Amino acid sequence: MAAPEIRSELRFILNGQDVSLRAVAPDQTLLDWLRLSKLLKGSKEGCAEGDCGACTVLVGRLTPSGGLVYEGVNACIRFLGSLDGCHVVTVEHVAARDGKLHPVQQAMVDYHGSQCGFCTPGFVMSLYALWMQVPNPSDQQIETALQGNLCRCTGYEPILRAARAISSYGGTEKDPLLLERDAMIARLKALKDGARVEIGDGKSRFVVPANLDDFAAVLEASPTATVVAGSTDVGLWVTKHMRDISPVVFIAGLDELKSISVEGDTVTIGAGVTYTEGLKTLANHVPALGPLIERIGGQQVRNMGTIGGNIANGSPIGDTPPALIALDAKLTLRKGTERRTIRLEDYFIAYGKQDRQPGEFVEAVHVPAPAVGEKFAVYKVTKRRDEDITASLGAFRLALSADGTVTGITIAYGGMAATPKRAFAVEQALLGQKWTEATVEAAMEKYAEDYAPLTDMRATAEYRALVAKNLLLRFYTETISGAASAQVSRYEAA
Amino acid sequence: MNKHTPDLKAEKIQGGVHASVRHDSAHKHVAGTAVYIDDITEPAGTLHAGLGLSTVAHGLLKTVDLSAVRAAPGVVDVLTYEDIPGVNDISPSGMHDDPVLAEGKVQFHGQPIFCVIAETREEARRAARLAKIEYEELPANIDIWDLDQTTHPQVFPPLTLKRGDAAAALESAPRRVKGRMRLGGQDHFYLEGQVSLAVPGEDDEVLVHCSTQGPSETQHMIAHALGVPSNAVAVEVRRMGGGFGGKETQANQCAALAAIAAKKLNRAVKVRLDRDEDMVATGKRHDFAIDYDVGFDDEGRILGIDYTFALRAGFSADLSGPVGDRALFHCDNAYFFPHVHAKSALLHTHTVSNTAFRGFGGPQGMVGAERVIDEVAFAVGKDPLDIRKLNFYDAMGVEGTRNLTPYHQKVEDCIIQRIVAELEESADYAGRRKAIQEFNGNSRFIKRGLALTPVKFGISFTKTESNQAGALVHVYTDGSVHMNHGGTEMGQGLHLKVAQVVAEEFQIDLDRVKITATTTAKVPNTSPTAASSGADLNGMAAQDAARQIKDRLTDFAAEKYQIPRDQVVFLPNRVRIGNAEISFNDLVKQAYMARVQLSAAGFYKTPKIHWDRSKGRGHAFYYYAYGAACSEVSVDTLTGEYIVERTDILHDTGRSLNKIIDIGQIEGGFIQGMGWLTTEELWWDGKGRLRTHAPSTYKIPLASDRPKIFNVNLTDWSEAYEPTVHRSKAVGEPPLPLGLAVLHALSDAVASVADHTICPRLDAPATPERVLMAIERLKAQKKG
Repeated sequence: MAAPEIRSELRFILNGQDVSLRAVAPDQTLLDWLRLSKLLKGSKEGCAEGDCGACTVLVGRLTPSGGLVYEGVNACIRFLGSLDGCHVVTVEHVAARDGKLHPVQQAMVDYHGSQCGFCTPGFVMSLYALWMQVPNPSDQQIETALQGNLCRCTGYEPILRAARAISSYGGTEKDPLLLERDAMIARLKALKDGARVEIGDGKSRFVVPANLDDFAAVLEASPTATVVAGSTDVGLWVTKHMRDISPVVFIAGLDELKSISVEGDTVTIGAGVTYTEGLKTLANHVPALGPLIERIGGQQVRNMGTIGGNIANGSPIGDTPPALIALDAKLTLRKGTERRTIRLEDYFIAYGKQDRQPGEFVEAVHVPAPAVGEKFAVYKVTKRRDEDITASLGAFRLALSADGTVTGITIAYGGMAATPKRAFAVEQALLGQKWTEATVEAAMEKYAEDYAPLTDMRATAEYRALVAKNLLLRFYTETISGAASAQVSRYEAA
Repeated sequence: MNKHTPDLKAEKIQGGVHASVRHDSAHKHVAGTAVYIDDITEPAGTLHAGLGLSTVAHGLLKTVDLSAVRAAPGVVDVLTYEDIPGVNDISPSGMHDDPVLAEGKVQFHGQPIFCVIAETREEARRAARLAKIEYEELPANIDIWDLDQTTHPQVFPPLTLKRGDAAAALESAPRRVKGRMRLGGQDHFYLEGQVSLAVPGEDDEVLVHCSTQGPSETQHMIAHALGVPSNAVAVEVRRMGGGFGGKETQANQCAALAAIAAKKLNRAVKVRLDRDEDMVATGKRHDFAIDYDVGFDDEGRILGIDYTFALRAGFSADLSGPVGDRALFHCDNAYFFPHVHAKSALLHTHTVSNTAFRGFGGPQGMVGAERVIDEVAFAVGKDPLDIRKLNFYDAMGVEGTRNLTPYHQKVEDCIIQRIVAELEESADYAGRRKAIQEFNGNSRFIKRGLALTPVKFGISFTKTESNQAGALVHVYTDGSVHMNHGGTEMGQGLHLKVAQVVAEEFQIDLDRVKITATTTAKVPNTSPTAASSGADLNGMAAQDAARQIKDRLTDFAAEKYQIPRDQVVFLPNRVRIGNAEISFNDLVKQAYMARVQLSAAGFYKTPKIHWDRSKGRGHAFYYYAYGAACSEVSVDTLTGEYIVERTDILHDTGRSLNKIIDIGQIEGGFIQGMGWLTTEELWWDGKGRLRTHAPSTYKIPLASDRPKIFNVNLTDWSEAYEPTVHRSKAVGEPPLPLGLAVLHALSDAVASVADHTICPRLDAPATPERVLMAIERLKAQKKG
C-alpha cells in the first residue's frame, strides 16, 4: 500500500470560519486556543479536567456513514490536533446572527437557569446538543445529558425547567446548524483529502494518520509516541501534570477504528468507538452494559472517551474492564501488520503494566454475550452516583443447571486491586454448589482471599471489602425469580 | 433593550420591588458575553503568574533555589516574600499570621512560597515546577479529632456563651445523653476560581480587577502589602462566577500578588489559580468536632445543655474566630435551652486556613442542635419532629418565658411553628411516615427515611462595624440613572434587587437604572458582601441616596410651581405636580437647568444591634429568617448508596423583593447544603495533602442528585418584624441548612435497621460509606 500524502496543515471549521494552522503544539488544548488566540471567551475554564463542563463546545464530525453529528465535548482537555476535518461550534455561534437568542438560550433566561452565569455557556451547549437529537427529552435524558455540567448556584431545578421548555420556543427545523447541515457536510468532506497530517518536529510533533494502516505504520516507526483517542485521560497529563506528550498520534478520526460489528454472539468494537457510539449496540447485546456506560464520566467524556482507551490505559479503576473480563472478552492487538488476539483478562499484568509491546496498539475488543440462560450483572459503587470514579465495581456472570447448581461463575472487580481482577476464591466457593443464600454467604467470606483493597480518598479498605461482599448478595437477590431490584434507582425501571 | 420610551400612563412601573424580574445578566450569561475577570481584554504586554506551593505540611525552609525557575522560558521575574514592598501579611483578623508568601517556614501543604511571572500562564506554571526547595520537616497536626481541646493552641481567643446553670441542670435532669459528632468541611467550588488582574498606574497607583466579595478589604490588603495609602489602590469587580464566602478574604492573596508584580514590573499582571491550586491553597468551610451533653425530661423537653464546638482553623486565624462565634450563635437552632453552656475551640492545625462559607459557622451550630434533637428523640422513643416542636422558642406574640437565646437576645419574631405546621401538612408528613413504615417492613435491602428540620438564622454581621453600607446614585439629564453601591454580584441577584429599590424610589422603569461594577473608587469602606446582608444594607443605602435626590426634585418642583411639597407625587415614569403631570425625564431636565444637584451618596447602618463578645451578651442580630425542609430518601443497606426521593421546602423571606430570585437562592442553597452533608468529602492523607482537590475527586451535587420531587415555596404571609428594606428578609445563607433534612432523613433510614431504637449518630458528610458503616454499627448493636 502506497504511503499517503502528507499535509503539514491542520484544517477545520470554527463556527462559520475556515481555519488552517501550520504551527500547532501537540498539547495545545482547544479551550486555550479559543480563549487566548481567537479571543472567544464565552467558553470558560472551570476545572481543566473534563469534570465541570464550563468549557463545553460542540464538535461536529462526519460519521463513517457520511452523516454529520454534533456532540458536546470538553474543550479544556480536547487537543486542537484532534480536530482535523471537524466543525467546532462555540457558545458565540448559538444565537442568531442578528443577536436573537436561540430557543435553548431563551428558555434558560426565562426559567432563571443562571445565577452567577459562569457555568451557563456550558449548560447551553450541553442542552443544545441534547435538543438537536431529542427535542422533547425526558427528565432522565436531561439529567444524563447534564452529568458533565456542574452548577454551584441554582441547584439545577430551574435548568431542568428550562430544558423541558426548549421546544416550546421553536423547533429544530429552524435551527441554523441543522439548516446548514448539508452545506456543512460538503465543506467538511472537502477537508477530507485522505492525507496524513504531520505538524511540528523534534520535541513538538504530532501526526494524524490517514487511515488505520497508516496509524500502524506511524506507531511502529515511533513506538514511544503517545496515542490519543478521546484525550479524556491524556488531556489531564497535560493540564494537570504538565507532562510532555510529544510525539502524539491522534486517532479519533480513524473511521476504521470506529467499526461496530455483530457476528453470532459476539460484538466486535473498534478501539476508536466512543462510549456514546458503542452504547446502543452494547446495551442491546448485553443489557447490563447500558446503565454502566451511562455512568462513565459525563456526556462530554462519553462523547470523546473510547472503550479501547479505557482498556488500553490499564487503570485499575476503569469501568469497562471488569465487566468485559466477566464476559470473557478478547482483545486484538496490532503492531505494524501483525495482529494477535488475547483474553482481556490476560492483558492486565500488574499496576501500570499491560501485555502490550512498544509500537503495538489495541485495535478491537470482542465482547461475547452471556449464553442463553446465563445471568449477568455489573454494579458500580461511587461516592456520587453519576460522573464519579469507581470505589468498587463488581461484574458477575452465572450459569445454573436445571437443579440450581452453579455450573459457571465469573466474578471480576475494579477498585479492589492493582488491576481489574477476578475473584477466583469466591468463584471456587460457588462453583458446583447450589445457588442459595447460604452458599452465597459462605462464599462472601472468601473475598478476603481474593482482594486486599486500599484506603484512599474514594473509600476505605473496610468499605471496599464490605461492599464487594454485599454486591454478591445483591446479585444473588436479583437472580432469584421474581425478586425486585435490590438497589436504589432514580428512575422507574424501563 | 437599550431603546426605551417610558410609558407615561402606566399604573405600575416595570420591575419595581416585589416584582419577579429575571437576573439582569441572564441574557449575557447564556450568550457567553458576560465578562468575568479572566475575560477582560488584557492590556498589551500582560504578564501571567504561576505559584510555587509547599510540598510539606509543616517545615522550615532551608534552601529555596529558584535559579532554574528564573532561567525557564518566558520567565520575567520570580517573587518571594522579599519582593513585598510593604508588609507580608493579609490577615483579616489583625493577628498578623497570614503571609502573602511563606517566609522562613511553611505551615500547610500547598502554601504559596513564590510566584513566577512569565509572558504566558503556561510558561509560568511550567517554570513553577522547577524550584528546588529543601525543607526541615516538623511534626504536623492535620486532624482535630484527637487534639486536646484544653491545651492545644488556638488561633484566636475562643468564645463562651452561658445562660442559667447548665451543670446543675444536667445533674438534676431525669435523662441525660453525651455524645460526639464529626462534621466535615466544604470546598466552595465556585465555578470561577480565584483571579485578579492588576494594571499599574502612575505614581503609586494600581487598579486591580479582582473576583472578590470584599473589594474594600482587598483594596486595604493590597495597600498594606504594597506599602502605599489606600487611596492609591482601586479594586473593581463587575461580577464573580460564584463566591459563597470563598472570596471574602481568600481573594486577597492573588490580588496582592498581582498588584505587587504589576508595580514592580510596570506591566499588567494576571494571577489566575487553576482548580487544583485553588482547592489546595485557599480556605474552606470549617470542619468540626462537636461534643454535647444534654439533659432532658421524659417528654423530651431539653432542660440543660453543654457544648463544645471545636473547629479546624488551619494555620492562621483568618475568620475562624467569628465563624466559631456564629456556630455558637446557632447551637440552639430554633430551640429554647433553659440552661446552656457552649464554648468554641479554634484549633490550630497545619492545614490551609479555613474561612467564610455561606452560613459562616451557623450551619455547623445547627447540625449540633439537630444531632441533640435526634439523641433526645431516640432516648424517649418519639418521632424527632415531635421533639423539635416541643422545644421551639415561643412563637411571635406569645408572652412566654421560652424566648431567650444563649447570648441573651430575646427572640421576638419566631414564626417557626407556623412554617413547620404548614409544611407538615403540605408535605403530608404523617401520611408518608406511615407509608414509609409499611414500605420498610416489606423491603429487605432498601429502606426509606423521612425528616422535617427547621431553620432559624440570625441576620447581621456580629462584627458591629460591618453593618453599614454606602451607595452612589446619579441621575443624568435625560432621566437615566446610574447606580453604584458597595455590594458585589456573585450570582445572587444583588444588583438587580438594589436596582429594583432605586427604580421603586424614583418610580421609573427598571431598565432606566444602570447597574455598574462595584469599585472602591465610587463607594469607599464597604463591608464584604457576606452574612446574607447584601440587599438589606446596600438596598437601604441606595434607597437613601435616591431619596436625597428625590427630595431635591420635590423641593424644586414645589418651589417652581408654587405648590405644597405633598402635592408633588412620583407616579410611574412621571410626576404629578399639583394638577399637572410631567414626565420624570422632563422634571429632571428642568431641575438640571435650575442647577439642582442630581447625584447623592447614600448611607445606612443597621439599628438596634450590639454585641459584647467578652460577656457573651447582646442583640447580635437585627432579626431572624426562618424556614423548614422535609426530605425523604431511599437507602440501599448493602452499599449505603441513596437517592433523595422528595424534598418540600417552606421558607421565609419576609416581603420578598424578588420572589423568583429568592426561590433560586433557596433551591441552590438547599442543594449546596445537601452536598455539604452528603457527598462532598474533603480528604487529607497522612502527610497533610488534600487529595480531593478537583471535581474528579471532590463531588458536589449534580442535576441527578436533586430530589426527584422538589417543591419550594415562600411563606406568602410573613414580613420582616423590623423595618428592613421594604420588609424583606435576607436569603443568602438561611436556606443552606435546609439541607439538614437530607442528613436526618438518611439517619432515619439508617435507624430503621434497628427498629428505630438506637440513635444512628450518623456523621457528616454522610457518604454512602458513612451510611453503610452506620448501618453495620446499628445492626451489630441490635444483635449485641
